[in-house]
Amino acid sequence: MRLGPGRRVGLGRLGLSGGCGHDGAMIRFAALLDALVYTRSRNGKLRLIADYLRATPDPDRGWALAALTGGLDFPAVKGSTLRALLMERVDPVLFQLSRDYVGDTAETASLLWPEPAAPQGPVPPVAAPSVSEVVTILSGLSRATAAAGLATLMDRLDANGRYALLKLATGALRIGISARLAKVAFAEAFAVPVEAVEEYWHGQAPPYGALFAWAAQGAPAPDGGQVPLFRPFMLAHPLEEGVELDLADYAAEWKWDGIRVQVVCAGGETRVYSRSGDDISATFPEIAGALSLPCTLDGELLVRGSHQGGEAGGAASFNALQQRLGRKVVSKKMAEDYPAFVRLYDALIVEGEDCRALPWARRRAVLETFSARLDAVRFDLSPVIPAAEFAELGEIRARARDEAIEGVMLKRRDSPYLAGRRAGLWYKWKRDPLLIDCVLLYAQRGSGKRSSFYSDFTFGCWNGDPDQGAELLPVGKAYFGFTDKELKWLDRHVRQHTVNRFGPVRETDKSLVLEVAFDSVHESRRHKSGLAMRFPRINRIRADKPAHEADRIETLRALVRD
Amino acid sequence: MAAPFSWIRPHVHGLCIGPANAWIDPARPVERALVTHGHADHARGGHGEVIATRETLAIMALRYGRPGREVVAGYGESVSLPGGVRATFFPAGHVLGSAQILLEHGGERVVVTGDYKRRADPTCPPFEPVACDLFVTEATFGLPVFRHPPIKGEIGKLLEALAADPGRCVLVGAYALGKAQRLIAELRRAGWRAPVYLHGAMERMCRLYEELGVELGDLRLVADMPKAALAGQVVICPPSALNDRWTRRLPDPVTAMASGWMRIRQRARQRNVELPLVISDHADWDELTATIAEVNPAETWITHGREEALLRWCELNQRKARALALVGYEDEDD
Repeated sequence: MRLGPGRRVGLGRLGLSGGCGHDGAMIRFAALLDALVYTRSRNGKLRLIADYLRATPDPDRGWALAALTGGLDFPAVKGSTLRALLMERVDPVLFQLSRDYVGDTAETASLLWPEPAAPQGPVPPVAAPSVSEVVTILSGLSRATAAAGLATLMDRLDANGRYALLKLATGALRIGISARLAKVAFAEAFAVPVEAVEEYWHGQAPPYGALFAWAAQGAPAPDGGQVPLFRPFMLAHPLEEGVELDLADYAAEWKWDGIRVQVVCAGGETRVYSRSGDDISATFPEIAGALSLPCTLDGELLVRGSHQGGEAGGAASFNALQQRLGRKVVSKKMAEDYPAFVRLYDALIVEGEDCRALPWARRRAVLETFSARLDAVRFDLSPVIPAAEFAELGEIRARARDEAIEGVMLKRRDSPYLAGRRAGLWYKWKRDPLLIDCVLLYAQRGSGKRSSFYSDFTFGCWNGDPDQGAELLPVGKAYFGFTDKELKWLDRHVRQHTVNRFGPVRETDKSLVLEVAFDSVHESRRHKSGLAMRFPRINRIRADKPAHEADRIETLRALVRD
Repeated sequence: MAAPFSWIRPHVHGLCIGPANAWIDPARPVERALVTHGHADHARGGHGEVIATRETLAIMALRYGRPGREVVAGYGESVSLPGGVRATFFPAGHVLGSAQILLEHGGERVVVTGDYKRRADPTCPPFEPVACDLFVTEATFGLPVFRHPPIKGEIGKLLEALAADPGRCVLVGAYALGKAQRLIAELRRAGWRAPVYLHGAMERMCRLYEELGVELGDLRLVADMPKAALAGQVVICPPSALNDRWTRRLPDPVTAMASGWMRIRQRARQRNVELPLVISDHADWDELTATIAEVNPAETWITHGREEALLRWCELNQRKARALALVGYEDEDD
C-alpha cells in the first residue's frame, strides 16, 4: 500500500525526527496514541503507526505493536484497581463529577492524578519509563501488588503518559485501530508485503523480535510453520452500464447478499477471515469447527433461510446475518436461530496445492471436487448460472430481486486468482437499485477533506398523508452518490435552510426532495420508521419536486423482502 | 445591623450593588454598569453609564459604539459611587483591560473577579490578589481534571506541526478577543517572525491591541493571499470558522484550536480538531483553589462554570461558599 502525499500532522510531536534514546519512550508511545485519537483518515493513521515503528528501537516498538493489535493482557490490573487507587487520592464526589464530565475513566484518572512533588535536594528526578519497562512491571504484578505497582508508574509519567499507561494496563485502547490495520502499517513501515507479515506473524509472540529483525534488518524470515494465513481477496470491478461481455469468455455466478469470507485450515487449525483480513472465527465457531481438511477457500458467509435462492438450500436475508455479526461470544440459541454456512466460489489452496496461478475454470473444477468432501451443513457450492447469451443473463439478473440476490458476478474463465481489483478479470453486475423519493431532514458535517461540507444526509418519508398532518420519519442516512458539484449545492442548501443546530448536525426546513437509490430494505429498530435500507445513496436531487409529493413509508415497507 | 453583604445582590442578570444603583457585568442594558472585561458575555451594549478600564472601554466602543457616559478606572484607581460605595479596579490577568473590582461599603470588602487567570500573559498585566471579606469568583474550569499545561509546550506543538509538513498551513481557532493576541504574542516570543495570517473577523481587535500598545508583529489578512502562499504559515480564525466553508481557501490546513477545553480528548474530537492546544485565559483548578486559599475570604461566591466541584472543594476545606445562578456567562470557546 502506498500512502498519498500530504496530511502529515503531529509527527514532530512524536519526537520521531530526533534521536531514539530509550529514556521516556513511554511518552512517545503516548504521543502516538494521542495522534491516532485525533487523526480520522485511515492513511493518516497508517502513516503515524509506520513512522513510529520505524523510529522506535526494539523491544519498545514490539510492545507498542502488541498493544495496538490487542496482544497484551495484564490480568492483575482491573478497572476496580484503578478506581480504588483514585479513591485514596481524590475526593469521591470530585472524582464522580470529573468522570461524568470527561466520559472516560482512564482519561479522568490520568488528569486527576496528583503531580508528584518536585524532588528535593540533589536527588535526580525519576525518568519516564520505556514501554518495555512498563510491560515488564505490569506483567510482574499480582492482585496484591497491582495497586502499588500502578501508582509507582503513574508517578513517573505526565498526564498523556498516564493515559497511555492506563489504556495499556487495562487492555482497552478503543482508538479505532484494528489488528489488521496495525499489520498493514507494519508492512508499510518496512516496505514488505502485508501477506508476508500475516504469514510470519503467527507463531511469534510480543515483542516480535524476529519479525522486526526480518522486516527492518533483512534477517531471514521467521519460521511460521503450518498456520492458517489470510491471503488477500481478489476483487471485482462494477460492470459499466451498456457493456456486454461474451459469455464464452466469462462465467456467471450469483452475487449473494452476505459477507465475503476466507476459510483457512492449516496445521490443524481453522480460521474464518473477514474481507478486511480480521479473524472472525470466534463469531462463527460452527464454520471453524466444521473444516479439518487443509485448504484456503473463498466464499460468502450466509445464514440458512429461504429468501435468497428459494426454499431448498436457500439463504436468509442479510438482515438475518446481521444478527450474528460483531459478536465476540455466540449463544447456543443464536447459533441455532441463525445457522451460518459458507457458499463457496473459489479455491486458493487445496491440500497443499496452490491453485492461485491456475485459470478460474481449473480452480472451479478443483473446488467442485473438493467441496463435495466437506460438511454439507456448513459448506455448499455457489452454482454457475447456465446462461449462453448475455441478454439471457440480463433477464436472469432482472429476476434476482425476487430472489433477494444482489445481482450477478462475471469472472473471466482464464483469470488467475490475484490480490486486489484487476481490470478486465472479475465484474460485479448488481441488479438495478430500488428508488424512492425522500425528504432531507438533517445534515452533518463530514470529516477529512469534507470537514467543511455538510455531506452526511438523513432523510425521511411520510407516515401518512402529508396534507392530513402526517409527519416525516427518518428512514436512512447516506453520504455518497452525489458529484462534487452536487455536494456543493447540497451544502449550500443545508446552510440556507437550517432551522435548528445540534452540535455538528443541522436540521433543515424539510423542503428538499432527494431521490435515494438502495439495494434492499429491511425491518429495523435503528430508525423510528422501523425500516433500514442497504447501501442507500443520493441518486438525484429533486429540487423540482415539492416535499409533500415525496414517498410514504408504506411504499418503502412494501419493498421489504424479509 | 444588616446581614453581611446585603448591599450586594446576585440577580439572574448579574450582580446588583443596591445603594449605588449599579450593576457588575449585567446581561441586559442598565443605567450604570461596572464592566470587568470586554468579552461579550460580560460586556453588553446599551448601558447609560459604563465604568471600566480604558482598554475595556475601547474594546466595548469597537463592538457596540460609545455608551451614554464613560468613566475610566485605571488599575489601582478608585471610583466613588452613590450610596457610599467605593469601587477600585485591579488587574485580573484574563485579557487586555480585564479587571477585578473591589467594592467597599459599610466596612465590608467585596472582590468580584470577573474572569481571571494566574499565568503570565504578554498581552496584559498579571492578576493581583486583593484581600477581601467576600470573594466572588468564576469557575469556568472548576473541575480537578483541568490543569492547563505550560503554554511554552503548546506553542512548541504548533511550531512542530508547521515544520512537519511545509505543504500545509496550521489553522488555529482562537477567541477573537484575548486568546488570538496572546497566541500571536507567544509565537513571537518563541521566535516566529513570519507574518501571521488572520481571518477577517480577527483584524479589528488585533489592530486595537496594537493601538493600545501590544506589539503583535507582521499581521496580514488571508483574504489578500493566494492559497499557495499560505503553505507553512500560521492562520488564526474564530473557533466558529474552523470547519466553515471559509477554510477551503487554505492549503490543506491542520485544524488546531487553542482552548482550555482541548484538555479533554472527546471535546477536541467533537470539533474535528487534529491539533489540540491547551491554552486558556481562565484559571485552571489549581489556580482557582490556590487563589481562594491565598485571598482567604470569609465567604466565597461562585458565579459561573462548573460551580458544583468548586463548592465541594470549599466544603472539604471548611470554607463558606455559595453558587450564584447567573445566566448567560458561558465560555464554550475559551
